[in-house]
Amino acid sequence: MNFDFSDDQKSLKDEARKFLTDKAGAKVTRTVLNDAAISYDKALWKSVAEMGWLGAAIPEEHGGLGLGRLELCVLAEELGRAVAPIPFSSTVYFFAEALMLAGSDAQKAAHLPKVASGETIGCFALSEGPGAPTAASIQAKFDGSTLNGVKIPVTDGDVAGWAVVVAKEGSGVSLVLVDLNQAGVTRETLKTLDPTRGHAKLEFKNAKAERLGAAGQGWELSEAVLDRAAVLLAFEQVGGSQACLEMATDYAKNRYAFSRQIGSFQAIKHKLADMYVAIEVARSNAYYGAWALSTEAAELPFAAAAARAAGSDAYYLCAKENIQTHGGMGFTWEVDCHLFYRRAKLLALQAGGPAAWKEKLVKRLEQRNAA
Amino acid sequence: MDFNDTAEEAKFRAEARAFLAANCAPKGSDKERLSRRLSTDEYVKAAKAYQKKKAEAGFAGITWAKEQGGRGLPPIYAVIFNQEEAKFDAPSQPFAIGLGMCVPTVIAFSDDATKDRYVAKALRGEEIWCQLFSEPGAGSDVAASKTKAVRDGDDWVINGQKVWTTGAHFCDFGIVLVRTNPDVEKHKGLTMFIVDMKAPGVEVRPIHQASGGREFNEVYFTDVRVPDKNRLGEPGMGWNVALVTLMNERLAVGGSTGPDYAEIFELARNMPGPTGQGTLAQDEAFRQKLADWIVKAEGYKLSKFRTMTALSRGQTPGPESSIGKVINANHLMDICNTAIESMDHYGIINDGELAPMEAAFHQGYMWAPGLRIAGGTDEILKNIIAERVLGLPQDVRVDKGVAFKDLPSGR
Repeated sequence: MNFDFSDDQKSLKDEARKFLTDKAGAKVTRTVLNDAAISYDKALWKSVAEMGWLGAAIPEEHGGLGLGRLELCVLAEELGRAVAPIPFSSTVYFFAEALMLAGSDAQKAAHLPKVASGETIGCFALSEGPGAPTAASIQAKFDGSTLNGVKIPVTDGDVAGWAVVVAKEGSGVSLVLVDLNQAGVTRETLKTLDPTRGHAKLEFKNAKAERLGAAGQGWELSEAVLDRAAVLLAFEQVGGSQACLEMATDYAKNRYAFSRQIGSFQAIKHKLADMYVAIEVARSNAYYGAWALSTEAAELPFAAAAARAAGSDAYYLCAKENIQTHGGMGFTWEVDCHLFYRRAKLLALQAGGPAAWKEKLVKRLEQRNAA
Repeated sequence: MDFNDTAEEAKFRAEARAFLAANCAPKGSDKERLSRRLSTDEYVKAAKAYQKKKAEAGFAGITWAKEQGGRGLPPIYAVIFNQEEAKFDAPSQPFAIGLGMCVPTVIAFSDDATKDRYVAKALRGEEIWCQLFSEPGAGSDVAASKTKAVRDGDDWVINGQKVWTTGAHFCDFGIVLVRTNPDVEKHKGLTMFIVDMKAPGVEVRPIHQASGGREFNEVYFTDVRVPDKNRLGEPGMGWNVALVTLMNERLAVGGSTGPDYAEIFELARNMPGPTGQGTLAQDEAFRQKLADWIVKAEGYKLSKFRTMTALSRGQTPGPESSIGKVINANHLMDICNTAIESMDHYGIINDGELAPMEAAFHQGYMWAPGLRIAGGTDEILKNIIAERVLGLPQDVRVDKGVAFKDLPSGR
């Protein structure tokens, strides 16, 4: 047993951190936050594509680097840490993973190289209203060649060129692949909690679409895509949580009150220690998910749900306590705390909320016990 | 990253399993329930016999150097053995402190003659050790120990009182932290000794705990003579020696004891839900809590794997291992509390015959408060994480630069 990343993976992590510290971080995220006309940073997207990150886990035959999911996990942690304002998760964890999981050779050949090069931004359209979607609740309809219905909210749906959509087909559910730049698709940009990532309402009226994977297999495939994305998002959550802890720790060492560093008060120390413990729990669960994802282990559904639940809870705790540690300054627009507080909630909901994932985790425990 | 055993690890696991199957009853069997009713003497006897077999089969001191009678294997092999042993009703408890904390300290700080005298006997289960640090006025603040030792020729003479000494009533030897110089700062005037628990002047008085058990003791020292060759480390350096013991303690005590999510889930399947409809296992609120426990239990288990991976690469376990204690005691308390409450009126009953499953949760409920304190309180461990992991400043120290004898002390 070996429960750590390899030296090569660690040096990839170091390189990614160096690059993102230089080219991304709060300053870049803020340019997107402060400009309602844009929802991602094009320069950062271009550089990330040039370095091959978009195709890190895409096979070489489809224009990727052909590394593994572990490398993607390493990158995800650093992107989360930098609160990177790019449609990376939608394109890489959802769209590309869906294609690699369910796509035909022709579909893979048509789309994966464009994902790897940064030419195609992709998204995954599941939600249609408040509450956790279920196979029975899906209203969007696919008839074998055209798609009708509404999806809201779709993360990065405002800028994506292609979408994987979960739709009803006959009495079952299928995944379908849709070109968003066609007459049958209208988009409406949405105001959200985290304006550093774009969101849209997508409306399909007889939009041309093709099936991704087998007819009627859409719900199972959707769950499988979500499991994969859950592990990768958990790494973003761990990275964001870690950034919050470091910000809070740094502030606690340098801010004085009652003529003492506030970090010398146990009330603050214990708060930061609780954050550390939550991150370690989330990190260990994420590592387990990474192992399961990279080896396609049977444990993946269980490990993914645990990683997702732990990551969502840890990031919420760390983001809120980071603000609290900063006192009044933490509640200002100028200090970066709120960037993480916003992103924490976006990441917790982007692949389905914590309560739904906790329910899935218990269900998967039941299935495992029954097996 | 690889969760599977290597070929050698798998071979070792199979050997361990075969040894355990031949020498212990599986957990949850009738024999386990009976073993809880063994008298202390009977249990210690069984533990000694089991430890002897473990040593003969090469499963004692798995990570210890070969010259200490160990097997010299990387820590992952100890993890594998512990994983397998946890599935059995193995009477290993009496040796946890001695072999986990005391004897490693002896090995680290004594000469060959001393090691030859003590180490092998401890490993074979012939002698049991305890650790004598806490005092009535020195719990979390261990360095405030008042029990004193004064040099007299080739001996030291110890007077004072220790408390919360696990297993002192059946132990043969202990490591004791005492004050040898009250005229310097408190951390600088301590010294550590090996003490014979059967020596004249050592009096052990069991403590009746809130949980009903009697695992801990008060130990009184009246003119107890200890030869200077039993000193561990230089005079006045006892705090540094104690830190080595405490680091091992946090690894050892961090382990979970009592019911976990699997047990409460088992209970919930046969328990009516709060609305009277369906079972507790189907109740949404319960399932959300259960998910939190799964995440914590798995997270803790996997964190240990990360520590072991670091160890196997030759890195030292850092204060990071403190998280185990912070997670586990509260985790146990929450699970037991929920389990008891879920039974409604019936949760009051603490009778193994009427409600055998429930009794385990009562036991955990009553034991967890002690677990939150033993081996460092939650608060102390959070300080350790904050100061040594995150690098936050120490608390304001009123004892810095003041001789121990001049420090204020209350109750």
